[in-house]
Amino acid sequence: MIKLSPKLMQKIAWGFTWAAGIISVLILVLIIGYVLAKGLPVISLEFLLTSPEGGLSGEGGIFSCIVATLWLIAITMAILIPLGIGAAIYLAEYAPDSKFTRLIRYSVDLLAGVPSIVFGLFGFAVFVMALHLSYSILAGALTLVCLLLPFLVRSAEEAIRTVPQEQREAALSLGATRWQTIVHVIMPAALPGIITGIILCVGGAVAESACLYVTMGGSAAMPTSLLSGGRTLAVHVFYLAMETNALDKALATGAVLIILIFIINLSTRWLSQRLQAKMSGGT
Amino acid sequence: MNPKIQTKELDFHYGKVQALKKVTLDIKEHQVTALIGPSGCGKSTFLRTLNRMNDVIPNARLEGAVFLDGLNIYAPEVDVVEVRKRVGMVFQQPNPFPKSIYENVIFGPRMLGLNHRTNLNDVVEKSLRASGLWDEVKDNLGKSGMALSGGQQQRLCIARALAIEPEIILMDEPCSSLDPISTLRIEELMQELKGKYTIVIVTHNMQQAARASDWTGFFLLGEMVEYGPTSEIFSRPKDKRTEDYITGRFG
Amino acid sequence: MTRESFDRHLQQLQDEVLVLGSMVDKAIDRSMRALKGRDMEMARQVVAGDRKINQKRLDIEERCVELIISQQPVASDLRIIVAVLNIIIDLERIGDHAEGTAKIALMIGDEPPLKPLIDLPRMAEKAGDMLRRSLVAFINRDVASAREISAEDDEIDNLYDQVYRELLVFMMEDPRTITRATRLIWVAHNLERSADRVTNICERVVFTVTGKMEEIGASKY
Repeated sequence: MIKLSPKLMQKIAWGFTWAAGIISVLILVLIIGYVLAKGLPVISLEFLLTSPEGGLSGEGGIFSCIVATLWLIAITMAILIPLGIGAAIYLAEYAPDSKFTRLIRYSVDLLAGVPSIVFGLFGFAVFVMALHLSYSILAGALTLVCLLLPFLVRSAEEAIRTVPQEQREAALSLGATRWQTIVHVIMPAALPGIITGIILCVGGAVAESACLYVTMGGSAAMPTSLLSGGRTLAVHVFYLAMETNALDKALATGAVLIILIFIINLSTRWLSQRLQAKMSGGT
Repeated sequence: MNPKIQTKELDFHYGKVQALKKVTLDIKEHQVTALIGPSGCGKSTFLRTLNRMNDVIPNARLEGAVFLDGLNIYAPEVDVVEVRKRVGMVFQQPNPFPKSIYENVIFGPRMLGLNHRTNLNDVVEKSLRASGLWDEVKDNLGKSGMALSGGQQQRLCIARALAIEPEIILMDEPCSSLDPISTLRIEELMQELKGKYTIVIVTHNMQQAARASDWTGFFLLGEMVEYGPTSEIFSRPKDKRTEDYITGRFG
Repeated sequence: MTRESFDRHLQQLQDEVLVLGSMVDKAIDRSMRALKGRDMEMARQVVAGDRKINQKRLDIEERCVELIISQQPVASDLRIIVAVLNIIIDLERIGDHAEGTAKIALMIGDEPPLKPLIDLPRMAEKAGDMLRRSLVAFINRDVASAREISAEDDEIDNLYDQVYRELLVFMMEDPRTITRATRLIWVAHNLERSADRVTNICERVVFTVTGKMEEIGASKY
């Protein structure tokens, strides 16, 4: 083996990490840049406000897809967030460290690794068929909740666990109950971590296609209720790419998807800052 | 001098490990009592039994009794919140909440249901004055408690503890992360506060115990080996183990 | 954890006390020999030697201060240093008394002797003996022996009484002896005081061991 001087070794290591960093950023910029560059020119108000009309050339716009996507996100989050945070608080603050809780954690970790299409099949069997929800936004949302819950619970639990023990003790020593401690001290401190988890969940929900295809169906019609089916933007991208020759529209839809994620991301962060300020009281 | 706190044959177990062995001790009112001993000797565990801070530890078990003015704080009918209202605590690391100075001080009173703004303002001023921080922060009460220096943070934590008007203040190595000047300020403060409160401090700094306390208890392997007036302990300890420890010939 | 370097310093400190003690012991002996043998040269040496004793005391005191600053002694360590600080004062004063005796020897010069000196040398011998044993007791932390030595102060007191009465008789019989007799009374007084200082040292021995300050063997003078 060739002996390298520590100094030279350091230079090589430096160079390698630098190159790795640059390459990963480059890949990201390339993809987003490509999608935006190709997609953005196609986007027009008309494209955004008309629903898909089908056909080999992918007639029409994506209006119903945007609506279906927003519906789906709203319903999914409305169920997912309380459930996820509640479970995380239980696991981090109340549950004793027993075999049972370790089992819960282990299965949660395991679920997080299961491919989404398996969840899709489960959702199809249980929500669509057994519960007679048929292809619907609700069935899709419930499936997404199952898919994302393990991840949200784990990330929220981690966020709660990283709140220093000293903060808990400070609150308890001042005569706060455990619940007061959770509400007034732990949640404000854990909020940034939890919000990050939620944002990643929203991203996951928006990006998911396979498991939604089998639970929401692919109807491009404008959804009218929770029980109507729908086609999300991601599913639409899939459809456009595979069933039509309108690659430009697929890319445009992709661009809309990216922008949507970006907007949701920003607004969630803004909301969390407001919330945190309010919960911790004062500046 | 009346005993403010009395422990009777106090045993404490973490799982199978016994952390305290039959500790019986009278802590005198309006005095500073220092608990010294090597790491892991049980002094912090003992301190935390006095405001039931150990309650939250899983698999912990306590036997014996802790009397606060004659009331056993481990009696089943006693509300732990009531105990902590009477026995405040300051920790090893300054641990202000990531909130404003003002919000830090009123946290306790607010949790206990005090909401009237003028009253809260009074509490803030009184507590910060008592902890000697008022003049340094009075124009900046909206500033984050985290933005203060270490010594100021610790005095903020003391103010926060004082805000619930406790009778006893427990301090768990309150100066271990502070510079010498801040340390002396806290020690001075203890002398001022003991007129109104009873103070129990755990310290690994024997000079601090000698400087700042009236009574000293020496713990070793979960036992309270010797307890007496600080000047006695440091000039003529009775127990060989105390002598070995304080003269640095321990182990 | 042990404190080897501190222990070594404490040991050296006590060795220094012994050195000072032997200097003082020698001064008592030589001042009496100078007085008895009319040895002016030896008397002058004792007077000169007192400055060395004083210097030694200051050196030891400084060592104590250094140890207090650097080691922040408590408990038995603190008591040893406090004892040393007190003992060296007593030793220095005993040295001063010996110097006083030597100066009287110089004053008397070659005046005709008033009487043969018998009791005074016995006092000096006893005082020196007590001094040596008190320092040994200090080194050995020997409380019993310290108490014993203290009690022996009575013998010195008795000798002092005897010398005093004897000299009083001389002065009453022949007023011309008053000057010479008074000088000898001073010598006796010096020795009596020295022995008292030894009892102080004995008290420090008790303090070092028990931590209690107590007056032992209260002298009649």
